[in-house]
Amino acid sequence: MSKKQKKMLVRILLAAAMLIGFQFIPATGWVRFVLYLVPYLVVGYDILIKAAKGIKNGQMLDENFLMAVATIGAFALAVWEQSGDYTEAIAVMLFYQIGEWFQSYAVGKSRRNISELMDIRPDYANVEKNGTLEKVDPDEVPIGTTIVVQPGEKVPIDGVVLEGESTLNTSALTGESLPREVQPGSEIISGCINQSGLLKIRTVKEFGESTVSKILDLVENASSRKSKSENFISKFARIYTPVVCLSALALAVLPPLVRLLGMGLAAEWHVWIYRALTFLVISCPCALVISIPLSFFAGIGGASKEGILIKGSNYLETLSKTNCVVFDKTGTLTQGVFEVNGIHHSRLEDKKLIEYAALAESASSHPISRSLQQAYGHKIDRSRVTDIQEISGSGVIAKVDGKEVAAGNYRLMESIGVPYMNCHKAGTIIHIAIDRQYAGHIVISDKIKPHSREAIAALKKAGVNRTVMLTGDADAVAQQVGNTLGIDEVCSQLLPAGKVDKVEEILKRHTGQGTLAFVGDGVNDAPVLSRADIGIAMGAMGSDAAIEAADVVLMDDDPLKVVKAIRISRKCLRIVYQNIAFAIGVKMICLVLGAFGAANMWLAIFADVGVMVLAVLNAIRALYVKKI
Amino acid sequence: MRKSYKIEVDCANCANKMEEAARKTPGVADAVVNFMTLKMNVEFEEGADAKKVMGEVRKSCKKIEDDCEIYL
Repeated sequence: MSKKQKKMLVRILLAAAMLIGFQFIPATGWVRFVLYLVPYLVVGYDILIKAAKGIKNGQMLDENFLMAVATIGAFALAVWEQSGDYTEAIAVMLFYQIGEWFQSYAVGKSRRNISELMDIRPDYANVEKNGTLEKVDPDEVPIGTTIVVQPGEKVPIDGVVLEGESTLNTSALTGESLPREVQPGSEIISGCINQSGLLKIRTVKEFGESTVSKILDLVENASSRKSKSENFISKFARIYTPVVCLSALALAVLPPLVRLLGMGLAAEWHVWIYRALTFLVISCPCALVISIPLSFFAGIGGASKEGILIKGSNYLETLSKTNCVVFDKTGTLTQGVFEVNGIHHSRLEDKKLIEYAALAESASSHPISRSLQQAYGHKIDRSRVTDIQEISGSGVIAKVDGKEVAAGNYRLMESIGVPYMNCHKAGTIIHIAIDRQYAGHIVISDKIKPHSREAIAALKKAGVNRTVMLTGDADAVAQQVGNTLGIDEVCSQLLPAGKVDKVEEILKRHTGQGTLAFVGDGVNDAPVLSRADIGIAMGAMGSDAAIEAADVVLMDDDPLKVVKAIRISRKCLRIVYQNIAFAIGVKMICLVLGAFGAANMWLAIFADVGVMVLAVLNAIRALYVKKI
Repeated sequence: MRKSYKIEVDCANCANKMEEAARKTPGVADAVVNFMTLKMNVEFEEGADAKKVMGEVRKSCKKIEDDCEIYL
């Protein structure tokens, strides 16, 4: 509780005690009035001051003004009717303040809860100076500094391990509970907690550019990108409050005048003024205005705890409407770890063929070239390779030991006019031609991730009615993977640019039926990530490009997280709609009841404060997403 | 130029009003108030003096909601 909240709580309790106590004092007339004025002022003086300032600044018709008019009005009625029933006026003010207090408490609490969830900000970095460790602000550590991370401490800055072996807890970043092992040479990202051994790390980034800063920045700014529902509510509130105030005024003045002048009846001013005051109390837009952003904030906070970073409330909203999910294959549904699985039709020794292929592809960072290098098993002597030409989407042509080696898919063979042999095995086929002579092919295949199948099934269950897989691979491989996973549509042999076209085509087909999400691993698919309605990048720990381009970032590379993200967004949006419908519904009903005199002040208080409390409690539910 | 300021405000509707007031202040291209993180992100117009503009923003916010604060 903050100081302000404590003070308010004391005022509320004091006023409530007085109100109850005064019921037993048989005071009448002016004494009674003055007596009851005390708790009223104790609990409501700040509202009156704010209302007065509002009038001075030309800001009439805000909540303070409403409450001031309603309560002063109720007091005035009690004096005029000489009923001595001041309790109602005080109760209205009291409950309004209780509502405000509760709101401020609940918001503060969830604000703290959510920031604690994201408590990955490192406070210091240990730098060795003259043999002793010194704690410095991570912002002041230049690139290339050696920092020391002791067991139990957070890694403050991205870097490379120089000395020491340890296990790292990455759960704050990824939601993954399995620890990760690191040795000298391992890349290490900030925000992980060092569990067992002392690590010396050479920093490779500044603090501001490190993973942890980027993530914090992303999550903190997420709720600034407002969703349509939030914008709707703020617009609604802007119109709603003045409309209700004017209606209240009309309700107080028009019916009595009509009765008096038109129908020749008694005006019954006090009845209509009372109804108008009830109107004013009901009308506070607090429940709506607070609960909608709070729901989004809680939803984003809960998701980030699960390793799902959502960049804005608007994306949460779009994500919830997803009914078509397009996956990239490699690295997303499959592990992207390739293994050489077979060598066919080779006219050389198998080893020799792999050697040529590995050397020719040595300049590429593609996972396929890495797997070739792995199969080769020796250090690559780059001086043997010259004249490397990469042909995007086809392969590589390079000179190895003076011989021209072409390694790539069938397209490459066709383009250089070398007849090739097709392969009956499913996998990525690397055809090799040496000096324009076909030399055989290498089959490389990729493993499907353990949860991919489950994820596709779960998406279907969650109501996503179309799943599509895009890949640059050969059709045979793509179909095989697609069938194993149960994917609806497989688009194979796409060049990187072709993926964008394909997504655009699917978008066109899908207009008006919910949104399209694209899931990729952030390598080479930034344009597609930004073209889709929602771009989801996975396995993004440490990949800046993916964090930039995507709207949703999954910190680890489990495809099940895609389903989880969609479920979280749906839960959050369900809560948002519940709150909108509930708050507006109850208020409208109470307004109608109030206008016809069926609602008294007490019901009005429920319509205001009670609805707000319920809406806030409902909003906080969005934070709990562990089991969905 | 974009800058982020810490703010103090009690109710969500007031935060919305602050946002509106900030947007209307000359020199401000766009402003977003985040009630949940209590931050105001302001984008200034080309060549605007951030300090001077924020002084004005603070003044107009105070006018609509006396209880708010912007930490400059």
